[in-house]
Amino acid sequence: MKRLTKLGLGAAALAALPSLALAQDAAAPGFDEIGPYIMTTLLFCMAGFLVFFMAAGFAMLEGGLVRSKNVTMQMTKNIALYSFAAIMYWLIGFNLMYPGDGWIMAGWVGPFFSTTVLDPVGVAAADAALDYASIGSDFFFQLVFVAATASIVSGALAERIKLWPFLVFVIVLTGVLYPISGSWQWGGGWLSEMGFSDFAGSTVVHSVGGWAALAGAIVLGPRIGKYAKDGKVIPIPGSNLALATLGTFILWLGWFGFNGGSQLAMGTVGDVSDVSRIFANTNMAAAAGAVTALILTQVMYKKPDLTMVLNGALAGLVSITAEPLAPTLFGALWIGAIGGVIVVLTVPMLDKMKIDDVVGAIPVHLFAGIWGTIAVVFYNGEASIVTQITGIIAYGVFTFVASLVLWFILKAVMGLRVSEEEEIAGLDMSELGMEAYPEFSNA
Amino acid sequence: MKLIVATIKPFKLEDVREALTEIGVRGMMVTEIKGFGAQSGHTEIYRGAEYAVNFVPKIKLEVAVSASMADQVIETISKTARTGKIGDGKIFVLDIGQAMRVRTGETNEDAL
Repeated sequence: MKRLTKLGLGAAALAALPSLALAQDAAAPGFDEIGPYIMTTLLFCMAGFLVFFMAAGFAMLEGGLVRSKNVTMQMTKNIALYSFAAIMYWLIGFNLMYPGDGWIMAGWVGPFFSTTVLDPVGVAAADAALDYASIGSDFFFQLVFVAATASIVSGALAERIKLWPFLVFVIVLTGVLYPISGSWQWGGGWLSEMGFSDFAGSTVVHSVGGWAALAGAIVLGPRIGKYAKDGKVIPIPGSNLALATLGTFILWLGWFGFNGGSQLAMGTVGDVSDVSRIFANTNMAAAAGAVTALILTQVMYKKPDLTMVLNGALAGLVSITAEPLAPTLFGALWIGAIGGVIVVLTVPMLDKMKIDDVVGAIPVHLFAGIWGTIAVVFYNGEASIVTQITGIIAYGVFTFVASLVLWFILKAVMGLRVSEEEEIAGLDMSELGMEAYPEFSNA
Repeated sequence: MKLIVATIKPFKLEDVREALTEIGVRGMMVTEIKGFGAQSGHTEIYRGAEYAVNFVPKIKLEVAVSASMADQVIETISKTARTGKIGDGKIFVLDIGQAMRVRTGETNEDAL
């Protein structure tokens, strides 16, 4: 479960630990007093940089699944979206998502225009939030999550979207949409009060990214040549499956931070052991998703499809993300396996609906995200299926509708798609004037 | 002077190059191409959608020799590149109107 509220700097700490009021004369604080703060801050920092590395994972995965003429653009989108997310989260997002006492509309909307301020340099134990972690670690850890959400959108919309409208969408998504909906659950808002359970973000992060991607794919339209007039689906193979595989492994690695860090505490035997449980379950779900996709594509298509195996592993990871702690290893296995099934079945389904999702982001993050959120009830006795579905619907309606409106506005004001000639020549040349592989001639 | 153009299976290139060098051929041009003849294409599946693979990778070999050597070259390529299965390739012989060696300016037979 994510942190419900952020504490103020000094008051709560002092109230909880009266011995520190005499800091000048007292003996040095023991592990019980400051250890948990130190360990949890450490957890956030390390888990945070693991999740940061998922940005590289997304970049490699997407770069490998697009054609060579669009690789530079995909790389540019990935590094730019991450950087904008970092800035927007400082500017508005963090405090909007974790209002503490500062709700504008209690439980629903936090304060706008509240930038993040870190703990002072060399903060004294007496002034630190000793029952939690440093502001910097909390801020950093949450920041890398919002960046992950934005990355999900970039994969689905690849190969035909203009750079700047996409980045404007990212700015609004990371500064406003994600923080508002995130505050409902992790900021202590109305959904968390209702008992909705989403440990590390199957809904808050993954399906939010998925809904935004779905809205974008619908408004943007499919790539030229993807669907023939008679409805036939034309495959557009990726340029570098080795990069796509590397990206998937990097995402898998980062997920240990994504789920493990969401324990939000590492200062007790129980907590650190829980982090290890989460690592084991997370890994199992990914493996199960990969194997399921491997077997399923072998059976359905007579040959396994590597890109589906990669998607399967990721879908397994998304599926366990809502509850990576409670399940047994067997539980993580079958939850992840169903994620793999979902992906193999829904990728062709989207194509039949003429929704062109270049990397399978919608099946992996939205559909598996919904499944993961529902799967919570199987091993977490405190969750109820009604509340889970309420949360799924709330996030879905808010994100999908807001995204749809935003995409339409961007389409009207800036235009979303490059022209037909530019799309055929490749976004690298038309949007950036720069090729990824200039020594090789394009097919 | 004759330009001998041959398409062969890529894995046969080393054998053909060695055999031609042995009979005295001192230069050749090699291009990676795709092609099909009687060896027609097949279908594959990518992410659930079928696509036709009509073209098969091949190597195109071009060798310029004097007319007297042409038959020997054709014979050598044909024997070395043959596997007996479809897709072994074809050999064409074109006439060369003129030739020149860039470094020395030698022309025609002296340039080969």
